[in-house]
Amino acid sequence: MRYLTDRKRAMGKGSAHSGTEHHWYMTVSAVALAFMVPTWLYIFGSALGGTQAEVVATFARPFPAILTGLVLFVGMQHFAKGATMMIEDYARGSARKALVILAISISYAITATGLFALIRIAL
Amino acid sequence: MAEAKRVERPLSPHLQIYRPQLTSITSILTRITGNGLIVGTILAVWWLLAAATSPEYFATADAVVTSWFGDLVFTASLWAIWYHYLAGLRHLYFDAGKGLDIPTAEKLGWACIGGSVILTIITIILVQ
Repeated sequence: MRYLTDRKRAMGKGSAHSGTEHHWYMTVSAVALAFMVPTWLYIFGSALGGTQAEVVATFARPFPAILTGLVLFVGMQHFAKGATMMIEDYARGSARKALVILAISISYAITATGLFALIRIAL
Repeated sequence: MAEAKRVERPLSPHLQIYRPQLTSITSILTRITGNGLIVGTILAVWWLLAAATSPEYFATADAVVTSWFGDLVFTASLWAIWYHYLAGLRHLYFDAGKGLDIPTAEKLGWACIGGSVILTIITIILVQ
């Protein structure tokens, strides 16, 4: 006999046993990206194909630099959670753990690399 | 009693026995485009790192990015972004409990496919 009430046992837990934080984070980051991505696409697309001086001049400006940093950070967190969701659907056991760790690590590595490049260009 | 009841839940039928439908294909495409975007992201960040490093490194990265391979990756990624964008908005709409009847869901599916192609073309024209 367990002393937890039914309600207490169910609180905050969906079938994933971690509540709805994952889904809620995807909703929040999706809305954030929906606002940022169109402008960012225009900035990045316009910079693409330019000389190094032109590219550096673009990303040295505050707005393109901050927006690119934000899109990269939020986008990579959105990717890490989305990729985790996909891996959890198709892989099991140790393979699942290894792939989830890999996906999250790649996300952080790309974020760090991009932010390093931006800081170096902008400062 | 606080004991969890063991319920014999039905197993979901396997994906392979379903006839492909617009709603399922557009849902699967959301996942493929979202995860596939990692390729374009890596290429873009590498190019940015090269621009921040040195003229020689930038020349190398820029040669790859502006080659047919770079054009292919970025054009595909652009469509993937717009598709994932529209499909994501559709998911937010579904999450609000709207548009879940089949005729509306199928119309939204076509809107994602058509809209993503149109937005890709508009973006390419705008950044020329």
